Amino acid sequence: MADENNSSGSNGKNGKVGVIERVKDDIQALKTDIPSKAKEQLEGLKDPTKTQVYTSIFRHKHDDTPRNRALGVLSNVFLHLHPAKINRDAVRYSYTWGMGGITFYLFIILTYTGVLLMFYYHPTKVQAFRDVLYLEHDVPFGKILRNMHRWAAHLMVIAVWLHMFRVFLTGSYKKPREFNWNIGVLLLVFTLLLSFTGYLLPDDQLGFWAVTVGTNMARATPLLGHEGPFGHQLGMTPYNDVRFGLLGGSIVDANALLRSYIWHCIGIPIVASVLMIVHFWRVRKDGGISGPAQVMLEAEADKPRRGPKAAGE
Amino acid sequence: MDWRQLWEICSAPDNVPIVGLIPLLAFFIYLAWKQAHANDQLIGQLETDPALAKTHHRKTWPFKPGWQKEVHVWPFLLRIEFLAAIIVTIILMVWSITLNAPLEEPSNPNLTMNPAKAPWYFLGLQEMLVYFDPWIAGVVMPTLIIVGLMVIPYIDTNPLGSGYYTWRQRRFAISVFLFGFIILWVSMIMIGTFIRGPGWQWFWPGQTWDHNRLIYEVNRDLPDEIPRWLGGPIVSNWAKGVFGAIVVGGYYLIGGGLLYSLFRRRMAKDFRRMSLLQFSIMQFFLLTMVALPIKMSLRLLWHIKYVWITPWFNV
Ligand code: HEM
Repeated sequence: MADENNSSGSNGKNGKVGVIERVKDDIQALKTDIPSKAKEQLEGLKDPTKTQVYTSIFRHKHDDTPRNRALGVLSNVFLHLHPAKINRDAVRYSYTWGMGGITFYLFIILTYTGVLLMFYYHPTKVQAFRDVLYLEHDVPFGKILRNMHRWAAHLMVIAVWLHMFRVFLTGSYKKPREFNWNIGVLLLVFTLLLSFTGYLLPDDQLGFWAVTVGTNMARATPLLGHEGPFGHQLGMTPYNDVRFGLLGGSIVDANALLRSYIWHCIGIPIVASVLMIVHFWRVRKDGGISGPAQVMLEAEADKPRRGPKAAGE
Repeated sequence: MDWRQLWEICSAPDNVPIVGLIPLLAFFIYLAWKQAHANDQLIGQLETDPALAKTHHRKTWPFKPGWQKEVHVWPFLLRIEFLAAIIVTIILMVWSITLNAPLEEPSNPNLTMNPAKAPWYFLGLQEMLVYFDPWIAGVVMPTLIIVGLMVIPYIDTNPLGSGYYTWRQRRFAISVFLFGFIILWVSMIMIGTFIRGPGWQWFWPGQTWDHNRLIYEVNRDLPDEIPRWLGGPIVSNWAKGVFGAIVVGGYYLIGGGLLYSLFRRRMAKDFRRMSLLQFSIMQFFLLTMVALPIKMSLRLLWHIKYVWITPWFNV
């Protein structure tokens, strides 16, 4: 184009005509191109599942076929904790009471509300209590945020107990699930510890004395506590025993607050998450939910288990 | 009857979950019992009718030939999970809107809370402090609870009752667990919450918490209580130590013997299935569990504090 302009000398008129013609030509083309492209676009929008964006996210079709139902679960990283299909009776609420799942859901709620709380909280003696007051009175939705975090924590403790209770009552710890029961026991311990370390954080009288009472027991640890059996003989004092290690001091004070905070917000959640991953993985690897299984009779107790062939089961 | 006091305890925000735990537990025990009962009936029926046992699908729920044995997780399970999540969220929201989390005065080491209570889920252990020294209540017991729970799958050799609710096939295991969970754990929490008042003293529900109440209680030790005609009371420290060791050791020996006799006669099958190690671990944990109410009643009924006294520790 530049060449052409140069060849027609410095006469601007010629050049201008060339440009105008081109623009006219382009506009002419626009009139036909755009509507046809737009049509194509609209046509494509009628079925969004064919778009590149969509197919890059979802790897399978969505019409209601058994294959797609299975793929919906299997190709989703979160849902694939589940198998594609399960025992028809295992979806009954009365069997598992849904308590394991509810515990996990509460853990997620606690993580979410807990992270939001962390934005407003400083684990220092000067600020901790004021931060909670601030949350209660000034932060928008601060009060409900704190309430939800606290009540979800209580609910989680109850849900874990009930979950353990049903696992026991259904004999689900028996072969081959012994190991997963043990992971569960650890989860129980960490759930209680999570709740306990959080109790101190508002730095009020309730938490302070609860943690004081709780950690005073550590003084009496055999061998490792300064008031425990043989502790004195082993040279334990209030300044070097296990309680000192837990609190970062000989009384519940600034260091204890910081330690609680770190265990509560970082240490224990990470350990508990890892254990949960193992727990869920093992549920699958141990053959899925234990039941509702076919009842076994006394006479079959010591024979290798084999289901009756009848009734399609 | 001080209703106000009772209401104050039950409505303390942190006590609400404990109040809620009672109906929840009752409901789930009922739900489990209902299914166990139905299964037990089916088991009874199949055991008397071997021909039916060969053809029956062996569940209490209906099943017809041709029905699918498995269903898709999507939507049959996921919709339930979704619903459960919504319900939990709603409950939590309503609870959080209506009830505020407690916040007391700023912490003050110079102003003791009375009663100073541990978080509610540890109140059972705090209650044990009344009957046992802190090293037992605070350290040994939690350890034993954790270890005890962990060994359950390895000492319960009964292959029956895996994957369904039943009572008649697992009477012993279920009784022991209920004893541990309901009596030793939950009811101690209830006592710690509703009964223990200032000074960790016993106040019946509805009794006013009197912060100045003093109890003149003389607690004695078992070696001091030995009647004269048996050669007591025991005075020398050395003899006290030996005496206590004999009592505690004797408890485990005699209790162990009784359990052995019970198992051999009444639960011969279970006994045959258990190895020596499994059986002795079971004996140890069961006897230790039973020792708690024994020690509690020694203290509450006969005002006996220690059974075994040594220069290093007391039991
Ligand atoms: C943070 C705590 C826990 C979480 C999030 C959790 C989660 C789950 C979930 C989602 C399941 C699937 C079945 C169900 O929902 O019932 C499950 C199964 C199981 N859980 Fe847990 N659990 C926890 C603690 C425990 C505890 C304390 C125990 C026992 C001491 C335990 C032992 C088991 C066992 C043995 C199974 C397999 C049950 C079966 O196959 O029927 N878990 N858990």
